Amino acid sequence: MDGSQTTAPAHSALGTLSPGAGGTVTTFDGTQHSNAEDMVDRLREMGFAEGLLVEVLHHSPFGRDPIVVRTGGMTVALRRREANLVRVQLA
Amino acid sequence: MTAPSLVAVVGNPNCGKSALFNALTGLRQKVANYPGATVERRSGALLGDSDIELIDLPGSYSLTPRSPDEAVTHDVLFGTYATERKPEAIVCVIDATNLSQQLRFAIELRALELPMVIALNMVDLAERERISIDAPRLSQMLGVPVIETVAVRKRGLSELKNEVTAALSGAVQPSKDYGDTIKDRQRAARKIAAEVTLSEGIGHKTTRTLDKILLHPVLGVLILATVLFTMFQAVFAWAEGPMDLIDGGIGVLQSFFTSTLGDGMFLSLLNDGILAGVGAVVVFLPQILMLFLFILMLESTGYMARAAFLMDRLMASAGLNGRAFIPLLSSFACAVPGIMAARSISNKKDRLTTILIAPLMTCSARLPVYTVIISAFIPNETVAGIFGLQGLVMFGLYLMGIASALVVAAVLKRTVAKGPSDTFMLELPKYQTPNLRFVAIGLYERARIFLKRAGTIILASTVILWMFGVWPGPPEGATEPPVIYSLIGIIGGWLEVIFAPIGFNWEISAALVPGMAAREVAIAALGTVYSLQGSEELIEAGLVATLNSLWSLPTALSFLMWYVFAPQCLSTIAVTKRETGGWKWPMFMLAYLFALAYLASFITFQTASAFLG
Repeated sequence: MDGSQTTAPAHSALGTLSPGAGGTVTTFDGTQHSNAEDMVDRLREMGFAEGLLVEVLHHSPFGRDPIVVRTGGMTVALRRREANLVRVQLA
Repeated sequence: MTAPSLVAVVGNPNCGKSALFNALTGLRQKVANYPGATVERRSGALLGDSDIELIDLPGSYSLTPRSPDEAVTHDVLFGTYATERKPEAIVCVIDATNLSQQLRFAIELRALELPMVIALNMVDLAERERISIDAPRLSQMLGVPVIETVAVRKRGLSELKNEVTAALSGAVQPSKDYGDTIKDRQRAARKIAAEVTLSEGIGHKTTRTLDKILLHPVLGVLILATVLFTMFQAVFAWAEGPMDLIDGGIGVLQSFFTSTLGDGMFLSLLNDGILAGVGAVVVFLPQILMLFLFILMLESTGYMARAAFLMDRLMASAGLNGRAFIPLLSSFACAVPGIMAARSISNKKDRLTTILIAPLMTCSARLPVYTVIISAFIPNETVAGIFGLQGLVMFGLYLMGIASALVVAAVLKRTVAKGPSDTFMLELPKYQTPNLRFVAIGLYERARIFLKRAGTIILASTVILWMFGVWPGPPEGATEPPVIYSLIGIIGGWLEVIFAPIGFNWEISAALVPGMAAREVAIAALGTVYSLQGSEELIEAGLVATLNSLWSLPTALSFLMWYVFAPQCLSTIAVTKRETGGWKWPMFMLAYLFALAYLASFITFQTASAFLG
C-alpha cells in the first residue's frame, strides 16, 4: 500500500493512501458513496478543491481509520470512506 | 431611545473569532479551540459604544447549516431566527494563515448584501509563518474594508470599530457575482487569495512536529491515556492540600460558634445545618477547579480535536463518531455544557444519543460523593509504588461510567435512536499556547457558579432539611436521637422500604430527596442528618469518619454504584428538555438511569454482602 510505488494507478482514491503519500486533487468521484453530493460539498467546505495539493499525514491507531489529511492550509481528520471521494494524481 | 445597531461577528471555526469578539466587547467569554465552542448567544457593546451591539454567531464553514449551532448562524443572518433581529452589518473574521479557504465563506456572505467589514485576524501568526498578505488590495478586490487584527494584543480594534460605524451609515457596496455553487466560490476565493498573497509562508511547523508525536499510533494513544489518567489523579491528589485547609477552616468556625453561642436552636442551625451542609460541598471547590483547569487547557491548546480523532474508532463501535467525544469529555466537568456542546453534532440521532449518555460521564458534582465514600472506606495505600489505591478506585468509577455509556449508546442506536450515523469529519486546529488569561477567566467563572450554587440552592436546601430534621420534636421519653422522630426521619423511613434491598439506610434514603437538586447536595444532606443525630465526637471527626463507623462496606459500594448512574441533577434534566424540545427524552433519561442505578446497586450490595458476610 505504498503510494509512491510506480505500479500504483495514476489516479488514486485519497482514502486508499498511507501516511506520507499525497498528490494533486483531480476530481471528486461519488459513484461509490450513498450520499455523495452532500459529502462533496462538505469536503469542499473543509478545504478540498481541484488542483490543490493534499497529503495523508496520519492514520488512526485503531484500524488505520480515520486518517488525517493536509489540504492547502488546513489539517482535516476524516474517515477513509469519505476520503475515497477525492481522486488524487499521485506526486 | 432607539435600539442599538446589531452587528454579527461571523467566521469559520478556529479563526479566532471568539477571542476577537472577547477583545471587542470586553465581555467575559470562554474561548475554545474546537468547532462548536460558541453555542450560547453572546453579545456586548462594541468597544463600550452602546449604540452598536455585537453578537457572536457560532463558527460555520458555509451558509449551508450542518448542525444545530450552524443553523443558528444561518437563521440569524437571514433574519429568520425567532428571537433575534436581522443584523444590520457583518464583521467577517478570517484567519490570515488560511486565507483562500476562509475567503470562500466571506464571498458567500457578501451575497447577503449586508454592509461588511473583514477582520484579517491572527496576522501576527501569519507573519511568524512568513505569510504576507496585501490587505488594501484584498479590500479593493472584495469591495469591503479589510482590517488587520490581533485579538490577544488588541491590535486593529479601534480601526475595526471605525469601519463598522462607517459601514452602518454608508451604502452597501454591491457584491460581484461569484457564482452560485460552492465550487464557483472556491475558485473565486483561490484566485483572489493568489492575487493578494505576496508570500505563501512555510506552514505551522510546530503543529506538524507535535502531531507526529501526539497522533503517533503508539505514542499518541499512550499520551492520551496518560493525559486522562493524570487528570483524574490530579483531581484526587493535588487538590488535597487546599481541601484540608477549607475543611480545617470550617471546623474552626464550628468550634468558635460552639464556644461563643449558647447551646440551642441557633447554634444547631449554624453548625448542623449551614456549616455541616454547605461546608461539606464547598470543600470540593479545589477538585472541581482542577478538573476544569484540565478541560480548559485541552480545549484551548487544540488537543481536544486530536483526542476526538484518536477516539473516533472507539466511538464508532458504539454507533457514534469521534466528534461526540468532545461533548462527552466536557461532561466530565459538567453534563450541562456537555449536552449543549452536542449541538455541534449534525446527525439528529447521534446528537440525541450523545445527550442521553452525557450524564453517565462522571461529572465534577460526583466528586464530593465519590471522595467522601472513598476516603471513608478505601485505604490510602500505594499500589505498584506510584498509584494511590484511592485514585485507582476513582479511575475505576470513571471507567465504569465510560463503559456503560458506550454500551447504552450502542443499545440506543439500535433501538430508540435507530438510523444511519454520521461520518467523522473534523478540522484539526493549529496548536496554540493556552491563553492563561482566558483559562483563568474560565476558572473564575466556574468558581463563581459553584460558590453561588453553594450559597443559594445548597444553602436553602440544607436549611430546609435542617428544619425538617428538628421538627417535629421527639415525644416524651424518647430513647432514639430526636432526628428519627422528625419529618426527615419519617420520609426516610418510607423510602427505606424501597431502598433497603440495595443497602441504603433511612439516612441515605432521606438525603437522596434534596439530592435530586444536584448530586453534591446529597453529601451536604448526609452531613446535616448525621450532624443532627450524632454525638459531639462524631461531628468533630467529620463526615468521613462518621460514615466509616456507621455504614457497612456493601452499603458504601452500593452507594458508589448508585451515583455512577443515578440522574440526581435537576439542571441536567432541564437542559435535556430544552435541547430535545420536550419532556419525552428527559423522562426517558430519568427512567433508564434510575433503573440502571437501582439494578447496579442491587447487584453490588447483594454480591458484596454475600462475600463479606
